[in-house]
Parts: sequence; C-alpha cells; structure tokens
Amino acid sequence: MIAKPSIPDVLTEPGAHIGRPARRVDGRLKVTGGAKYAAEFSTPGLAHGYIVSSTIARGRITRIDASAALALPGVLHVFTHENRPSLAWFDRKWKDEDAPKGSPFRPLYDAEIIHSLQPVALVVADSFELARYAARLVEVEYEAAPHRTDLHAHRDDTYTPGKDKGGFEPPPKPRGDADKALAEAEMTVDLEFTQATEHHNPMEMHASTVVHHEDGTLTVYDKTQGAQNSHTWICNVFDLPKSGVRVLSPFVGGAFGSGLRPQHQLFMAVLAATQLKRSVRVELSRPQMFSFGHRPETIQRVALGASRDGTLTALIHEAVQESSQNENYVEVVVNWSGQQYKCDNVRLDYKLCRLDVHTPLDQRAPGAATGVPAIEIAMDELAHKLGMDPIELRLKNYTDVDPNTGNPFSSKELRACFAQGAERFGWAGRNPTPRSMRDGRQLIGWGMAAGVWDAMQGQAVAKAKLGIDGKLVVGSATADIGTGTYTVMTQIAADILGLPLDDVAFHLGDSSLPMAPIEGGSWTVSSVGSAVKAACDRVRDRLVGLAIKMDDGPLAGIGNEEVILADGHLAARADPSRRVSITAVMRAAGLLTIEEEARSIPYYLARSRHTLATHSAVFAEVRVDEDLGTVQVTRVVSAVAAGRIINPKTAASQIMGAVVWGIGMALEEETLTDHTLGRYVNHDIAEYHIPVNADVHDIDVIFVEEHDDLVNPLGAKGVGEIGIVGVPAAISNAIFHATGVRVRDLPITVDKILSGLAGGRG
Amino acid sequence: MRAFTYSRAGTLDEAVRILTGTPGARPVAGGTNLLDLMKADAMRPAHLVDISRLPLDQIEETPDGGLRLGALARNADTAYDDRVQTRYPMLSKAILAGASAQLRNMATNGGNLLQRTRCYYFYDSGTACNKREPGSGCGAITGVNRIHAILGASEHCIATHPSDMCVALAALDATVQVLGPKGGRAIPFAAFHRLPGDTPHLDTTLAADEIITAIDLPPQGFARHSTYLKVRDRASYAFALVSVAAALEIEDGTVRAARLALGGVAHKPWRDEQAEAMLVGKPALAGSFAPAARAILRDAKGFEHNAFKIELAERAILRALAEAAGVEHP
Repeated sequence: MIAKPSIPDVLTEPGAHIGRPARRVDGRLKVTGGAKYAAEFSTPGLAHGYIVSSTIARGRITRIDASAALALPGVLHVFTHENRPSLAWFDRKWKDEDAPKGSPFRPLYDAEIIHSLQPVALVVADSFELARYAARLVEVEYEAAPHRTDLHAHRDDTYTPGKDKGGFEPPPKPRGDADKALAEAEMTVDLEFTQATEHHNPMEMHASTVVHHEDGTLTVYDKTQGAQNSHTWICNVFDLPKSGVRVLSPFVGGAFGSGLRPQHQLFMAVLAATQLKRSVRVELSRPQMFSFGHRPETIQRVALGASRDGTLTALIHEAVQESSQNENYVEVVVNWSGQQYKCDNVRLDYKLCRLDVHTPLDQRAPGAATGVPAIEIAMDELAHKLGMDPIELRLKNYTDVDPNTGNPFSSKELRACFAQGAERFGWAGRNPTPRSMRDGRQLIGWGMAAGVWDAMQGQAVAKAKLGIDGKLVVGSATADIGTGTYTVMTQIAADILGLPLDDVAFHLGDSSLPMAPIEGGSWTVSSVGSAVKAACDRVRDRLVGLAIKMDDGPLAGIGNEEVILADGHLAARADPSRRVSITAVMRAAGLLTIEEEARSIPYYLARSRHTLATHSAVFAEVRVDEDLGTVQVTRVVSAVAAGRIINPKTAASQIMGAVVWGIGMALEEETLTDHTLGRYVNHDIAEYHIPVNADVHDIDVIFVEEHDDLVNPLGAKGVGEIGIVGVPAAISNAIFHATGVRVRDLPITVDKILSGLAGGRG
Repeated sequence: MRAFTYSRAGTLDEAVRILTGTPGARPVAGGTNLLDLMKADAMRPAHLVDISRLPLDQIEETPDGGLRLGALARNADTAYDDRVQTRYPMLSKAILAGASAQLRNMATNGGNLLQRTRCYYFYDSGTACNKREPGSGCGAITGVNRIHAILGASEHCIATHPSDMCVALAALDATVQVLGPKGGRAIPFAAFHRLPGDTPHLDTTLAADEIITAIDLPPQGFARHSTYLKVRDRASYAFALVSVAAALEIEDGTVRAARLALGGVAHKPWRDEQAEAMLVGKPALAGSFAPAARAILRDAKGFEHNAFKIELAERAILRALAEAAGVEHP
C-alpha cells in the first residue's frame, strides 16, 4: 500500500448536519409553486418569441417570406439570417465552458442548414399564441443537399478524435497484444452492442426570459446549469459589457446535461430584446427540445478472452459514435473497461463518425452509461459461458490499481458494494440456469452489473457572510437542477458554523455570485461544496479567534482546536458548559458581519497520482412475459460507494431517479430517426418513452461506507451519475437469466425480445 | 395554433345548426386530442362548437336490455360504472388501458371514437402526410413505421387508430347514434371507422355536420368470458403496439359465440367474422384457438419496422382467448 498524503483542512469530525438526511430546504417552495422557473418570470410589456424550425437536414435556405406573419396585428418582428445584426465572427467567441473542439452552431448566422429542426427564424409578437400562429405562416424555401444521419450506414467512415473536450481522456495506449491473446484464449466472447440516440427531455423545457431595462442592461432568466456560462457566452456573442448583463437561474426543472451549454433559445431571446429594446421570452416547444444536443448513438464491440478459471487474458473494447459536422463531441466510452478489470492484453479504441445532426451533448453519465453496459453485458456472457457466478468473475479480475494509469485508487469499496448489494438482494439464492424461475407465464430473472464514474473536482469560489444575529448567507454561482445543491450546501455551511439549517441561506444560479463551474459530471459537491467549506472555515477561524481573545470570555486563552461550534454558540470541547453565543462574540468585537470568500483548489498532486472514482453494484429482478415479450423490472438494489454522503436523503433520491432512468435506457428510451428525411420523428413524450410510475417498482439504495481523504476536503465524491451506470446491463443480464435471450441493442423493446423468444433461445 | 372562433351550444339542435351552417366548424368536448392537434397545426378548425355542457352524459338502460353510453359521459365514469363493470367488463378494462387517469377524467366517449392517429408524421407539419395534407404523400411508408398498420393499409396511409375503447366496442358490436341536420341515424360500429384507401384524411363515416349522441351496447356483454389485452412499450400511458378484445360464449365447454377485435394494427379496430366463426363449435381449450388467430392475420403485411406485430398479434390473440376462456395457456 502506498502511503497516502492527506488534504489539508480535511473534514474529520462532521457536526450536526453533514451526513444527516435533511429535508430539501427548497422543498416547500417547490411544492407550493413558490419556486420560479425561467419561463415564469414576467415583466410588463413582455413580448414572446417562437422559433421556426428547419424541415430539411442539410442544404441552404433560398427564400424566407415572413410577410404573412408580419401582416398580423401584434406581430413585432421576424428575425432571420437576412436581417440579423452583426454578431461575433471568431469561433472562440461562440465557445462556452462545455464546447468541444470545432465550430459551435450559430443560430440565424447564415443560410446554411446543418441539421433538421435547426432554428431558421424567430417570430416575436405580443402574445405567445400569436407568435406560435405567426410562426406557421413564415414560408421558408430550401435547396436541399444530400444528408447522412445513419450511423450504421457510415460506421466505417470515422476518425480518431484527440483530447477534444474538457474532461475527455482519449483511450490509453494498448497493453500487450489483445488480438493475439483473444485468438489464443480458452474462452471468448466477441459481441456487438448498439445504443440508441436519447434526448434529455427534462420536465421543464428550455426557456429564457430577458428583461430589458431602460438603460439597456439585461436581466436574463435562463434555464441553465451554469449562469456564468450563459453570461459569458451572451456577452461574447453580442459584444455586451459584462456589467450590463446578469443571468439568473434560481430553479431548474431538470436538465441532465441539457443545460450545460447555452442553447439557441437564449440567443434568440437576447437577440430580440437587444434589437427591439423590449423584454422578450422565448420558450422551446417539446418537439423543439429535440433540436439540440442528445446522447449520441453508438456502436460498440467488446471481445473478451479468458482462461477457464475466469482470468481475463484479452480485453478489446471499440466504439464508434456519432458527432456533428461542425464539432467533435467526445465522451469517455471505452476507457472504463480498461480501468475496471485487471488484464494484461487490452486494446481500447474510440472513433467518431460525422453525421448531419446537431452536436451531441453530455447526458447523465455521458460515455459511461453507454460503454459500461457493453462491458458489463459482455462480462455476464463470459460468466455464463464459464459457468461462473457473475460476481465471482468480477472479483477474479478485480483491481485496486487503475490498470490504465498504474495509479492506485484513492478509495474503492466496490467489493463492499458487491457484498452488501448481493446480501440485500438475496443473490446467494440464485440458480444460475436461464429460465429456471417462473410464475405462470412470467419468466423471472436476476441479473447484476457493476458501475463506475469519475470523482472530478474543479475550482470554485464561495463567499460566506455571518451576521451578528447569527444568520449566515453563503453564495456561489452554481446550479440546483433538482439535485439538492441548495440543501447540501446549506448543510455544509451550517455544520461548520454550528448553526441550525434555518439560520443559513445559500444562494446560487446568479452570474454575479462568486465563480462556480457548470453544474455537471457529479462534481458540484466536490467543487462548490469544498469552496463553501473553505469560506465557512475562514469565518469560523475568525470567529474562534475573536472568542479566545475575549477578555474574561468563557473561552479566553484556549486553543483554536479546542473550540467547537454548535447551536449558535462557541464552546470548549473539554467542557461544553464554557460557552458563548456568536452574537456575544461579534458584539464584543464590534462587528456586525464577518465576511469571507474562499477558492477551493483541487488537490492536483494527489489527483495526478491516483484514480478517483465512484463505484456501484446493481442487482435487478425482471419478469418477462413469455408470450408477449414485455418486461417488468420488479426489484432493483443499487449499492453505491461514493465517499462521504453529505445528505443520505437527497443522495438516495439521486440514485433512485437514476435507476428509473436506467430502466428507461434499458427498455424504452430511443429517439427514432427517419433517415430519408434526416429527421427525428418521435419528438414528443407521448412517443419518446420514458418510464411511468407503473414501470417502477421496488428500488433499494445502499450507500457503502467509504473513506477518502484525497478526493477533496469533504471526502465526498458526488452521486449524480453513478446511479444510472450499472442499471441497463443489470436489467439486460436479468432478461437473459429470465429468458435465455440476449439483446445487445438498447433499448430492449418487445420486438427484440420476441424475435429471441421466437427464433430459438440464447 | 391558427385563430378560430368559438361558441357554446345551448342545445343539441343548436350544435347541429352551427355545424351545418359554419364552414370548418367542429364540435369540442373534452378536447384532449383536438386541442393538441390544433397546437401541432395538424387540425385547423375555423370554429369550435363547445358541446361539453349538453345533457348527453348519462349511462342508461335500453329497452332491449343493453346499455346506452352518453356521448359526453367521461371515459373514467364509463369505465367505473357498475353496470359497465359487471355486464361489459371487457369494455371497462379497455378504457382503463388507455391514456392516463387525468385524460380519462377529461375525455368523453364520443371524443374517444373520434381521436386521431398517433402516427409521427401526422403530428409533424414539417413532413408529408396524406391524412393531414391530402396529396402530400406518406412519410411513414418509407420512414419509421414501427407503430404502424399491418392490416388494411393503403399505399396512401399506414396509420393506425389509437383507441382502446373502440376495440372493445367493435368486439361488442356496439351501435353509434348520431344526429345530423336530417335527423338521427344509427351506425353499426364496424361501419363507423374507415380504412384509409385513397382518402386517408377521412377517419370515419360521420359527416362533418353530424354529432355523436350515444353509443349503444347490445345486451350480450360476454361478461363471463372476455378480456382486453394490450401490449405496449411501457406499462401505462403508451398506445398499443397490438391489443386484443376477446369474448367468448361457452356452453358445456364448447364455444357457442366468439368475438375477436384487434387494436394497433389497422386504421380501424380489426374484426374478421370468418376467423371468429372458426372458433364456434370448438372446445373452449387453448388448443382450439390457433386457426382463428392465423386466419384473422392472413392478409397481414409488415413494413420495414413493424413486421414483428404479426407474430406479436398472433401471440396476443392466443393469450387473450385463453384468458377469456379461463383456461391455461399452453
């Protein structure tokens, strides 16, 4: 074991709030309608924009005739590429924090059409209904060019991307000779997997309300995962002074990655507001929610070679994924396989194929939710061939060192996830033979899979202001997309300063607050939480410093470390009856407020010497109708190791929600493309299926104890993504166990199971 | 949504008069489908006649021992009506298999009959659709057609009718009562919905100036041996890939009468009396059902993505008949 350095200021002794299942501090606002979302802000004289979308996938606009729309009383203007104002020219001005390499899409920039549903005009009118009606009257003529949207047809026309996006790591160099080892292996599987295109479909549609003030400044209510990202982007694109724009996003009705990049409704609303010098709102329709980023369709090959005892001797994981013509969207799909399993001969390969689609966009566990199911189904198939228990096979090839880098994990309690998940699920009672359990016409199956995700951290800044009344206000420009950011940041701050939760207010979603990175990738607790801790630590230190210097005070002269904070008081650790209130300390010092700001900086040295990751083991029970091929997921147990859990209640909600999404990914979610038209066709949530209540049964979440002094001062890794990663494979493996039918093409719809049931088994 | 005018009819006669005298007028009651379609620009009525407050919301006994379902009785009230549940359980089950609780609370029986296809292309005004824009072409035939028809389709349209309730009503041989400017008429259920042919923009034989007033159920409800089976992509709130209304009359273990209607496979609920006749006189055992299941599908034709429906329909029929008969599925 390598001696581990630890992070300075690491939280060793949580107080009253960290680790407790606090209720959401914003819960009441949410259930009473008090929480306002981007499209709910209004102002007198607000105008409404509606977007006209392209009907072709590629080509040019040859004519736009908006006269019929403009003739309607109440229609203010129709913006097109022909009448737009001068906009930024350089690509870098159009880049945002999450932009990959390439040339970002520029709405209404020129006549060129690069994907179907591309916005081609914006109608602005006095009412939403009028704008929507007028949008139907805008005549657009196109000169169509040949398009390509079919990944399967173009899977051989690929290129290898570089490090083309923040957070992306190209696959490591091959180890050993995987192809030779595969050819010589005693036991092999060699399989192809496909993963359908998925759209994020948060409940709240993208919207921006831009309030235009008399002095020309703008207040922008935007649906975003990064108020500062939107702020910077608007200022760059429209050449606006930073001080003249403020972006607010206090509540977000789900985003799942769709708010990581500023979307075109923001552009449209700002365009109209600045040109018309009027307040404007633009909200997308549900079909228009399919007009920007998506989880890319992917084709994968996983080939495994093993000796008869289950030792992996060859591991090949190749992926071909779609990107757009204008940007290289990349995500980590194949690297996980090399990280999860010990094997001497490994070849990982990741390629992109350019299609005439909008650039894909990070979607919950981007890459991992695509790649991990492939390796985890392949491992299950190998286990079945070997006659080994799937957990035993995973333990046989378990590693405490990341084989991709040779570095140890900062912590990895995946063994405990297997053990505790299996125990809770009752895995020991499983008969490994497919089709061995049934209830009438229902075939019952049990499957499992492992999951993995990064424990990332970025720099962030928070400020904390303690008042003499003992109330604390903390702020950072991060987002709460339903994840619980408001609550956990409040807990961290309250914990450090020994305050009740009600005495702490946390502010977010405001570009004028201290810097925070876009909220995604499960790094918000790690990044912003560490900044909140650092700022609150400074306030605490000042407060304690004042208390121990108070002449005749109960804490006079004792050491800083000997002071504890609880219930709005400072007390001596050894004798808590020696105590003084925060108010008394500040009054004595003649201070009305104590205000501190702090930047959290990831512990780069430790991070460079370790792999930091969350892990999970997911167990699923399915009932498959033998006649009809329908699947019910009756039970899921997800055991997660993610370091310290700040709030077991909101964290469990995250995992539960991710399991639901995993059920959708396994069985339902798929954006269907008409390749003749190059167009998504099921662009509404009646026909784009996500799980409904009737699809969701028992979900049991376990947080495995995991201690990590390296990940950040909180020891918390984040739980936004890990919940989904193992679920699709666990369900697919359970379906095989139930039926003997393997479906490697997600989602596993009735037709695919039926063809297996009808066409012989296995 | 295009601009439209609106009026509320005080009486049924007034509603018919408005429909007759106003070009582009349509009745609206629950509005659960019509308003969506107007927003999608798939329907563009110039005038809406609100009939939702007319007194057509009763469920009443008929002199012949059947039941009359008011056109404006809500789907939920119909499904949970004691008489419907006891005497026509297949119909209750079919209604409850459709939509969501909220939609069923709003949607009326008459409107259920008039709901329009869920074909993607019908809803997307950026694509061709002969049902929406006659003569523009059919996007689905060469496009994504996983949810489309396998029976009775034409070269102009392969859309399916989305209703669950109508599949049960077809199996029950219900009658649709309508009122027009020339008075009332009764349309046998089988003649109410149409096949697309070369006029796919017409879903039904109801004239533009006619209003559905009631749906009459005959006395025979097949309460002892019937079921509605719906196969779909998720457990609720999804349209049928295939659905089956199966009803049997069994005496001494022998089938005396049989009804079989399929949903999700054609432009209308699909009946085939020849196939039904093949069940009559046979023992009410699972082994008797396959010839009828094959017969009803004998003309089935799959497109690129929906050929699976043929096998799925056959399996669903066998399963539904076994359930209706109360016998073990083999």
